Amino acid sequence: MVELLQDKDRIFTNLYGLEDWKLDAAMKRGAWLGTKEILEQGRDWIIDNMKVSGLRGRGGAGFPTGLKWSFMPKEVTNRPHYLVVNADESEPGTCKDREMLRHDPHLLIEGCLVASFAMQAHACYIYVRGEYIQERNRLQAAIDQAYKAGLVGKNACGSGWDFDIYMHHGAGAYICGEETALLESLEGKKGQPRLKPPFPANAGLYGCPTTVNNVESIAVGPTILRRGAAWFKSFGRDNNAGTKVFCISGHVNTPCNVEEALSIPMKTLIEEYAGGVRGGWDNLKCVIPGGSSVPLLPREICDDILMDFDALSAVKSGLGTAGMIVMDKSTDVVAAIARLSYFYKHESCGQCTPCREGTGWMWRVMERMVAGEAETSEIDMLLDVSKQVEGHTICALGDAAAWPIQGLIRHFRHEIEDRINNYRANKPVFVAANTIAAE
Amino acid sequence: MSARRLAKDQPDSFVLSAASKKEIAVWVKKYPKGRQRSALIPALWIVQKQADGWLPAPALEAVAELLDMPYIRVYEVATFYTMFNLAPVGEHHIQLCGTTPCWLRGAGDLKKVCEKKIGPQKHGGTTVSADGKLSWIEVECLGACANAPMVQISNADGDDYYEDLDTENFGALLDDLAAGKKVSAGPQSKRHTSEAITGAGSLMTKGLYNKVKKKKLPNSAKVRTTKKKAGAK
Repeated sequence: MVELLQDKDRIFTNLYGLEDWKLDAAMKRGAWLGTKEILEQGRDWIIDNMKVSGLRGRGGAGFPTGLKWSFMPKEVTNRPHYLVVNADESEPGTCKDREMLRHDPHLLIEGCLVASFAMQAHACYIYVRGEYIQERNRLQAAIDQAYKAGLVGKNACGSGWDFDIYMHHGAGAYICGEETALLESLEGKKGQPRLKPPFPANAGLYGCPTTVNNVESIAVGPTILRRGAAWFKSFGRDNNAGTKVFCISGHVNTPCNVEEALSIPMKTLIEEYAGGVRGGWDNLKCVIPGGSSVPLLPREICDDILMDFDALSAVKSGLGTAGMIVMDKSTDVVAAIARLSYFYKHESCGQCTPCREGTGWMWRVMERMVAGEAETSEIDMLLDVSKQVEGHTICALGDAAAWPIQGLIRHFRHEIEDRINNYRANKPVFVAANTIAAE
Repeated sequence: MSARRLAKDQPDSFVLSAASKKEIAVWVKKYPKGRQRSALIPALWIVQKQADGWLPAPALEAVAELLDMPYIRVYEVATFYTMFNLAPVGEHHIQLCGTTPCWLRGAGDLKKVCEKKIGPQKHGGTTVSADGKLSWIEVECLGACANAPMVQISNADGDDYYEDLDTENFGALLDDLAAGKKVSAGPQSKRHTSEAITGAGSLMTKGLYNKVKKKKLPNSAKVRTTKKKAGAK
């Protein structure tokens, strides 16, 4: 039996908004506690402790946060430093940053101050996705409270550090979750990713040194420093430290968000918090473990897989944003992935040819696979094209469009083949397994 | 990518209201001097609100002039970002999430409700009801997957998420909106937000968070020096 995380070890103590989000209540829950003392320890101490804590970026790529912070130039020249927080949460299956923005905004604002101080940035922009309108109003209200209380602004928290924090918003483009596209968008342009290098740490927002971090990576910072890197590291396996907010959606009895320790078994997570798979664990068909971009995992792997970066990449998938999409046996999995292909076609920014043309092509072929109206040899052709899109574009959207299809063919090739055969034999191509009624 | 163009029928002129100008000025102040272009997306959003939910071409010109930038740059942004409506929408504009997590939980059925009550889906466009009260469009993931299926409804009062929908409560919701009745946003089930509907499996400990006390920072420099001193003694 796996031990579950206790409430006292949860960082986002108001994840569900059961309590008040405002400054007074947030302070009662521990936000803004001794922030001045943290800043007094100096930037090297902050960055060292973040490194020791083993925190890996929570936005999808899992890059060590402390290390990322240390890439910023040591000296500030005539170009100011910026911290930009990526709250453009749009990865299908992911809905964690939204809860932090609207229910625990002060943890984020405090994290922005600490991170900006560590990177010698006097200004921070939080880029909230366009559709989160209530959330951005809430965040702005929280920022106003923090200014009024002297926690940010001139001489923030009495530390002698001047710090300004601004809320910015987008207008509905998934691609702006990519860090350089986000910076373009923040400059008032189309969200088309930039070539790297130069990396944002050298030339980011307005050509100045910039670090872009996910909401969760920033918001957990102060708590880690307050409670100690060793405390954070005590959760999860080596190289997969800490707690993480998981989003569980799809065919589970009680979909929810929950903060748990990394390396928790997937089965435990689904059964303890999400009420189990609809119709029981045996009714599970597959799970997309980390947001739509990562390849799906069939039930055999889900039985004993751990939810962390290394375990999931070992089975050719990934933790991504930890947005789990659960599908039971009634699911038309080919159609489910085809719908994702449509998503990537819709969200491609159109800059690189392999992605602009490839996502549309892959979607059209996927639609034919759904109907069974294809040649068996086209499955390999689709796989081949997906490999040609992957890794041949400026940003990772091309990869993200290719991986779900590759995962589908890897694990459910037989289903596509059956459809093609059924279509030719004039039989129905897909009949939903009705296991719930049978039970 | 999705091809988006301005509507064929355009008004002759558009005047930015004083309120819009004031709001945009607040945004312009957020960015360094000479970087007022950064305020473009928020400015277009404000103008869209003023223009009853869509962006006519003359409005784009007005924004270009206000932010001192070429019209084509404004046009590019307005056609790139999908939240900018380029044609008129209904009084209540419904964005229905159709991406896989919502699709798995019945977004397809919600689409049928929209088709029945508002009109057939226009791929790549907005369907407006005959009386102009409602309009709908299928959009991509709105980031509330644990509360799927869901829609966002925009009107003069604001933009809210309506979550945990099924054909029944969604149909009633549309009827209420069309009839001008008040509706309540958020989950349409018994849930508060995104906790498990059976009662949150986490964060149910009472009174835990009122006991937070200030402690010495772990591994702080001061702790380290005292340790060294102790060692020296």
